[in-house]
Amino acid sequence: MNPTTSVEVVYHKPDSQRRVRTHYCAGCGHGIVHRIICEVVDEFGVREKTVAVAPVGCAVLAYDYFDFDVCEAPHGRTPAVATGIKRALPDRFVFSYQGDGDLAAIGTAEIIHAANRGENICVFFVNNAVYGMTQGQMAPTSLVGQRTATTPRGRDPKNEGYPIRMCELIATLQAPAYVERVTVSSPANIRKAKKAIRKAFQTQLDGKGFSFIEILSPCPTYWRWDPVTAVKELEKRMIPVFPLGVYRDWEKREEMKR
Amino acid sequence: MAQKVFMAGNEAAGEGAIQAGCLAYYGYPITPQNELTGYMAQHMPAKGRVFLQAESELAAVNMVLGSSAAGIRAMTSSSSPGISLKQEGISYLAAMELPAVIVNVQRGGPGLGNIAPGQADYWQATRGGGHGDYRCIVLAPYSVQEMLTIVSDAFDLADKYRMVVMVLADGRLGQMMEPVEIPDFPAKPAAAKPWALDGCAGRPARKLRSLFLNEDLLEELNLRLQETYRQVEASEVRFEETATDDADVVMVAYGTCARVCKEALREARKRGMKVGLIRPITLWPFPKQPFRAAAARGAKFLVVEMSAGQMIDDVRLALDRPAEVRFYGRMGGNVPEWDAAVGIIREMIAGQRTGD
Repeated sequence: MNPTTSVEVVYHKPDSQRRVRTHYCAGCGHGIVHRIICEVVDEFGVREKTVAVAPVGCAVLAYDYFDFDVCEAPHGRTPAVATGIKRALPDRFVFSYQGDGDLAAIGTAEIIHAANRGENICVFFVNNAVYGMTQGQMAPTSLVGQRTATTPRGRDPKNEGYPIRMCELIATLQAPAYVERVTVSSPANIRKAKKAIRKAFQTQLDGKGFSFIEILSPCPTYWRWDPVTAVKELEKRMIPVFPLGVYRDWEKREEMKR
Repeated sequence: MAQKVFMAGNEAAGEGAIQAGCLAYYGYPITPQNELTGYMAQHMPAKGRVFLQAESELAAVNMVLGSSAAGIRAMTSSSSPGISLKQEGISYLAAMELPAVIVNVQRGGPGLGNIAPGQADYWQATRGGGHGDYRCIVLAPYSVQEMLTIVSDAFDLADKYRMVVMVLADGRLGQMMEPVEIPDFPAKPAAAKPWALDGCAGRPARKLRSLFLNEDLLEELNLRLQETYRQVEASEVRFEETATDDADVVMVAYGTCARVCKEALREARKRGMKVGLIRPITLWPFPKQPFRAAAARGAKFLVVEMSAGQMIDDVRLALDRPAEVRFYGRMGGNVPEWDAAVGIIREMIAGQRTGD
């Protein structure tokens, strides 16, 4: 047997992902989420019609990894910028990528109203319960008792309130088409996350409206655990507070109407 | 055939934008500019263009940012408190070198102020307004007709220089009605935008950003912005001069105050006083040359504003020799009166110095 012909490529970087060194910390979930988004862009063949919007936070540099058009947005205004792009070019594929500080604190108004208008965009919301870019402060999604730079004795609900559950909040609105919470804590969960992201793409390409995928993601650096412990703790501590699952599905709604 | 219609300044601003090929308008309610948002709500969707009422001024300006990044002509409008909220977005637009037109129908301030006309946002508009070293081109209409033509021109300037153009009007100009000639705007081909984000079909992927962690790259951006601003200063200064040739006193005013000053000019001339008027149309870049020429002829200056005195700084900066510069302003939404201006002119010609 000729050894050269027996070699088969079974795994490669997506075409729409740039070949660059990562700036993300060891064990960070952003790299995984970037990769699966790029895989799905390739699978749908939409690289040349994609315009993404990057947030402020660790993922501000998302445009260094995505090999398609990307626009930066001021902190939290990501859904407003995505709205402006989609309204200008309705036949392009538009998604925004946001972290928990960007989306659930400074940008709460923008995300709620983009969702409420049913903007035909996808929002990929990476929730790691901490501000990573600015040295680990409390996020709106930080867990009760979580120690951060600004809650050194742990998040105290009497002083800082409780973690905001964005999927649940958005699912109270009538317009959103697809809302699901997933995680990238294990290979099995990564496959489920990819399935949700695929569904979000399909939702927009079918013109069904707003889709919102929340991705629970580890931040070993500011959780102060090693990467393996971080994913275990994510499953143990975060998932009970942020239950995984589908919160809105336009297909189910249409079935119910039938 | 040019069409003559009777309309409010705010409506004329909307029509000017539509004529200029504005394809997306994002607004948020605030008095005294609501007729502009209403006009766009009425006319933009009917033409297959985008009208959207945003959840805030912050969202509106960032929707403009998105549409401009996507390569189309986009606009927002507001009044003073709302313009303060837009400053974040304006700084990003400037840094990302995105064209945009923003209309400020100024009202009384500071704070919530009131809904009467004001001109106290001059510093904010002409000095940048948000964070960082940047400029906006600032245009000042003084009639309903100019609300239309200047807003229309603003889109061309914004595209030409990839800058924010702010149209600095005031509540009186926005609210009042006058006959307006809607010119036969020649159909212009849309400007090529080889930087727009419209999908990377047949070309390398693009990004539009304002984050440059490398100091040299950020300085490079800043130097490029400054170079653009120098070009604008060299090419785009606009002003109107009235009867300045023999004037002992030259009034300086823009917007509604320029209308008051035209009345003062007529009345003062009737009384034998040699008075002129410089009306800056571009507030940035500020016209320096007419001030230097008038000062060289020995003229004194009377700056009239609906503020505590903001444009007067630019008049002083424009002058290259000592000259008497006096100020007459009203605040709180009050409008200066022509007879008060004539009274001050009389004193200035008589050589009396009271105050200043």
